[in-house]
Amino acid sequence: MIAALATLLAFQLAGEALRAALHLPVPGPVIGMALLLVWLVIRRGPGEPLRHTSGTLLQNLSLMFVPAGTGVMLHMGRLADEAWPIAIALVASTVLGIVAAGLTLHRLTRHQEDAQ
Amino acid sequence: MTEIWVYLSAQPLLWLTLTLAIYLLAVFLHRKSGGLPAVNPVLISVSILVALLLATGTPYQRYFDGAQFVHFLLGPTTVALAVPLHAQLKRLLAMSGPLLIALVVGSLVAGLSAYVIGAWLGASAPTLASLAPKSVTTPIAMGIAERLGGLASLTAVFVILTGIFGAIFATGILRCLGVKDEASVGFAMGLASHGIGTARAFQLSEQTGAFAALAMGINGLFTALTLPWLLPMLAPLLR
Repeated sequence: MIAALATLLAFQLAGEALRAALHLPVPGPVIGMALLLVWLVIRRGPGEPLRHTSGTLLQNLSLMFVPAGTGVMLHMGRLADEAWPIAIALVASTVLGIVAAGLTLHRLTRHQEDAQ
Repeated sequence: MTEIWVYLSAQPLLWLTLTLAIYLLAVFLHRKSGGLPAVNPVLISVSILVALLLATGTPYQRYFDGAQFVHFLLGPTTVALAVPLHAQLKRLLAMSGPLLIALVVGSLVAGLSAYVIGAWLGASAPTLASLAPKSVTTPIAMGIAERLGGLASLTAVFVILTGIFGAIFATGILRCLGVKDEASVGFAMGLASHGIGTARAFQLSEQTGAFAALAMGINGLFTALTLPWLLPMLAPLLR
């Protein structure tokens, strides 16, 4: 497990370094994810420890949003002042985004899925 | 009793332990409900923690001193998304054309509609700039918002609210439209509601989760590259 964690942290570190060096607009962990994917293609898949540790972390992905989410308490005032524009814009645009992405992919791949 | 509280509440250990314990309770409630999307673990945990912090008069910064250890795990866990992506790589590559088109359509609709609707309803400029990148993962969204003149911490809140909303309603909305295949459902969840949608997608199946992880990653990249120059062009048209 420690070796797997070290692998994940090393790729995150490489991602951060690349971001800083090339002034990329994408955060280090996302670059680290891309680098690890390339590494897994070269290595033809993850070893069992990495597969296991990644699975455990991803099963608890929700937990990692709790500390930042609790930061909502800092913005109660603004959220109350602009409650309606914020709520409507947030809900409507999220529904539109879900529908746009889901329907587009569904329509474009329907025939492909049928053929399988 | 008061003395013990004063001592413990100043320690990172208390808030770290409570974050984990409350999350476990939220997961327990989620399971008890039979996996009902509305009983969202993030929503329940955040609600309980905010109520607790307000009731005890604990500042957020003191809470975060403890909770930052959990927050830190977001980085390595994002990297770990490469593992399910690799497992689905063949399927993803076979669909790369449709995936790219769905990315462009979905990303532009999600980001620009938030700005246009918010502007139309009279939201203030910093709120609008914080709202536009709400569909992408927290660190990217915060970076974009700052470049647009938004508030990073407010963006984090919008991102999480969007994630919770998408995690709760995405499957229902898509089912109404007859979209049920794992690829489309997963992709839509990851694109519109980033990591929280992805967490929910992994509960549905590993395939759904892999498409969500892919959508989250490439939408983060695409939004970071397009929104900072698209919005300043759009803004004058709305005034």
